[in-house]
Amino acid sequence: MGAFDTIAFHPERCDGCGACMTACSTAKGGASRLSIVPGAGDGRFELALCRQCGDPRCVMVCPAGALFKESDTGVIAWDETRCIDCLLCTAGCAYAGIALDDASGRVSKCDTCDGDPACVKVCPTGALEWVTAGDIYRDYGEKEDLFVPGLSACQGCNSELIIRHAMRKIGRNAVVATPPGCIPGMGSVGYNGKTGCKVPVFHPLLTNTASMLAGIRRQYDRTGRKDMVVMALAGDGGTSDCGFHAVSGAAERNEKILYVCVDNEGYMNTGMQRSSTTPFGSWTSTTPVGDHMRGKSQDAKDLPMVMVAHKCAYVATASTGYMDDLYAKLDKAIAASFEGFSYLHIYSPCPTGWRIPSDKVIEACRLSVESNFVTLWEYTREKGLHFTRSPDRPIPVQAYVEMLGKYRHLNAAETAHIQAKVDEKVALLRQLAAA
Amino acid sequence: MRKTKYLIVGSSHAALEALRAIRQVDGDGAMAMLTRDAHLPYSPTILPYVVSGRSPASRVLLRDEKFFAENGCTFVPNATATALDANARTVALASGETWYYEKLLIATGAAPAIPPIPGLENVRFHVLRSLEDAQALRASMQGARRAVVLGAGLVGLHAAENLAEAGLVVSVVEMQDHVLAGYFDATASTRIEAAFRDHGVTLHLGRKAVGIEGAGESCTVRLDDGTGIEADLLLVAVGVKPAVEWLAGSGIAINKGVLVDDALRTNLPDIWAAGDVAEARDFHTGSPSLIGIIPTAVEQGRIAGMGMAGDSYLKPYAGGVPVNTFRFFGRVALSIGKTTEGGAEIAEHEAQGYRRAVLAEGRLIGFSSVDEPFDVGVMGELIRRRVDLSGCRESFLARPLETGRRLMSEGWR
Repeated sequence: MGAFDTIAFHPERCDGCGACMTACSTAKGGASRLSIVPGAGDGRFELALCRQCGDPRCVMVCPAGALFKESDTGVIAWDETRCIDCLLCTAGCAYAGIALDDASGRVSKCDTCDGDPACVKVCPTGALEWVTAGDIYRDYGEKEDLFVPGLSACQGCNSELIIRHAMRKIGRNAVVATPPGCIPGMGSVGYNGKTGCKVPVFHPLLTNTASMLAGIRRQYDRTGRKDMVVMALAGDGGTSDCGFHAVSGAAERNEKILYVCVDNEGYMNTGMQRSSTTPFGSWTSTTPVGDHMRGKSQDAKDLPMVMVAHKCAYVATASTGYMDDLYAKLDKAIAASFEGFSYLHIYSPCPTGWRIPSDKVIEACRLSVESNFVTLWEYTREKGLHFTRSPDRPIPVQAYVEMLGKYRHLNAAETAHIQAKVDEKVALLRQLAAA
Repeated sequence: MRKTKYLIVGSSHAALEALRAIRQVDGDGAMAMLTRDAHLPYSPTILPYVVSGRSPASRVLLRDEKFFAENGCTFVPNATATALDANARTVALASGETWYYEKLLIATGAAPAIPPIPGLENVRFHVLRSLEDAQALRASMQGARRAVVLGAGLVGLHAAENLAEAGLVVSVVEMQDHVLAGYFDATASTRIEAAFRDHGVTLHLGRKAVGIEGAGESCTVRLDDGTGIEADLLLVAVGVKPAVEWLAGSGIAINKGVLVDDALRTNLPDIWAAGDVAEARDFHTGSPSLIGIIPTAVEQGRIAGMGMAGDSYLKPYAGGVPVNTFRFFGRVALSIGKTTEGGAEIAEHEAQGYRRAVLAEGRLIGFSSVDEPFDVGVMGELIRRRVDLSGCRESFLARPLETGRRLMSEGWR
């Protein structure tokens, strides 16, 4: 059984306007198939809607074979010609996802409007969201994994997720540079004379990744191979510090490269030293917490904004907490890499270096985005910069920093400093996005 | 002798759910499903709709040949089990064939109970449990004028409605004082009874058939008050009894049905039972009882299947909760849990419809309604999870649908 696209409900955003129910009722010509009901407190609302269950009890108790789970969409489908209106399905559902429509005398349930739900489109607050991540995992599961099985990073690490999924998407027509960092550390360049990838992979210096890729691309262009993706899977240190001159030069020359920066905010592979992208207040082995220091005393370099200033063919930020967004950007970044310098910056919390339990990494990703510590946006020369996820209604950055061990020492003033920097960054991005 | 790892005897809801549960963890263990029926799986619940003609017999099958092929299960119709030898691990069939099993599920369901009424053996009467029964009843209905239905349970009332809608003069005889007495209180039942009377059905409640006079198609049903009702179509629908005859002498512990523990295991090793044949824990009383409905069959089948496959996620059976969803003449009567007796608090409302909530110690134990639909599954979940309603008692009683939906949304994001 695979994962599927689904309608998600964010109760904290729902204001009970009921537009979703009106839209559903209009689209389906009957009773609304979702219902918003008053919640426990004032201004709180809850939702009853079919959850398109993986082991649907409504299906199993149907005596008529009128309900079934569609294998391609995951939707629990209703065959009205077989249904005998016995209502046993309503006894099977604990969420009121299938209910009697008084007007027709028959049951009705959500069919997700064939993947384009009317309710989501009219929701003014984003309380209803059409989440397409499920579809992505299903599609990607069928593609070839080009990173060798058995190689792995620290438990809970994002980088392995990023490599395995990105390479599935990019496919076999690729040459990959993995400069020193966690990615070769987990085995991309291999052991004992064998590489860890099923595509050509090499290990440039920290300093010359983008330059080497520029040469490889030019050679492929020379021999007429226009279909090759020439790419880097690099860390933030290799990109923003030691390798920056090569990255900046290649971007300025508009070399046709896909440059993926996996940003774990430091040199984690070599023992968790600070980099220029390490944020203020972070504990690292070179910015310790003690009598004289309280973690890093400078703010992070905003590398993706630096790349916007290079006017690259494509610049985007992404997070593994939002895979549908990441994959949409990966598609665009690959396409742009045939036209010019294409830069994808993926924020990647590090369980080992940041002191996060290995099962909380994706949660850290989500909180980083929900608090605007990480913003999700993209830039092209034609359309400028725009947010791919609204920065409106963020949670306080406190909720994010308090789950990370590297910030455990922070006092209120230091947290307030981080909040102020987040607000400042978002304000600038809003100006750019509005322009 | 044929051999298999998993042998499932029976092919309805419990059996199909067990198959699914087994395949969740054991993708290729050999499996066979035997049924005394001649057809691919179908539900007894569909049969009244076959009688009415609403569901053609060809469209009631729950699975096709492809499903069994894909799931690596040998489906054997026309296979009536006649004996179980638990020591040899074999099931003998009427055909003379025997099957060896490693794990056995008894899911043979139930058969119509035939009351000992003098003279019944001399007349042609109908029951409604198999597709053939339904087709025979439908055929007889075409030429008949006066029908008598013995029993005012779900099967009897469904059939009475079908017969009345087909233009027959219909009488229903029921020993209890009200129809559907197990599911509804007197107020609710009275509403349902009125609907049947409005549609020309004569209800003889609190009456017992003491004799059947006549032979062949035509007969007179004699009641205990001396009334005689003439019929050219007689349907016996007084209930069902678990199909356990074939287990006689096997050593399986049987009360009314096959006795099972909370993992749906029988008293003998590697033998499980589920569905209408099983006598399992009752949620409310904690004692073994027969609750022959689809939701309990599915739940039991799933747990049995998990046990058969050694699934480590198995959780014990919490007990069966009675559920009834009844449509009559386009109207709706629903009940779940303990609605007819007990409970410290009973809240009844009667406006357009009628509803009755039964609470004990601040928790819901039963909910029923007539002409006022509610989310049966939501109420069932509140009952099974013993959700404390003391914090929202007023809103629950005033707006049960809304409050129930809220609680489920809050509790299970």
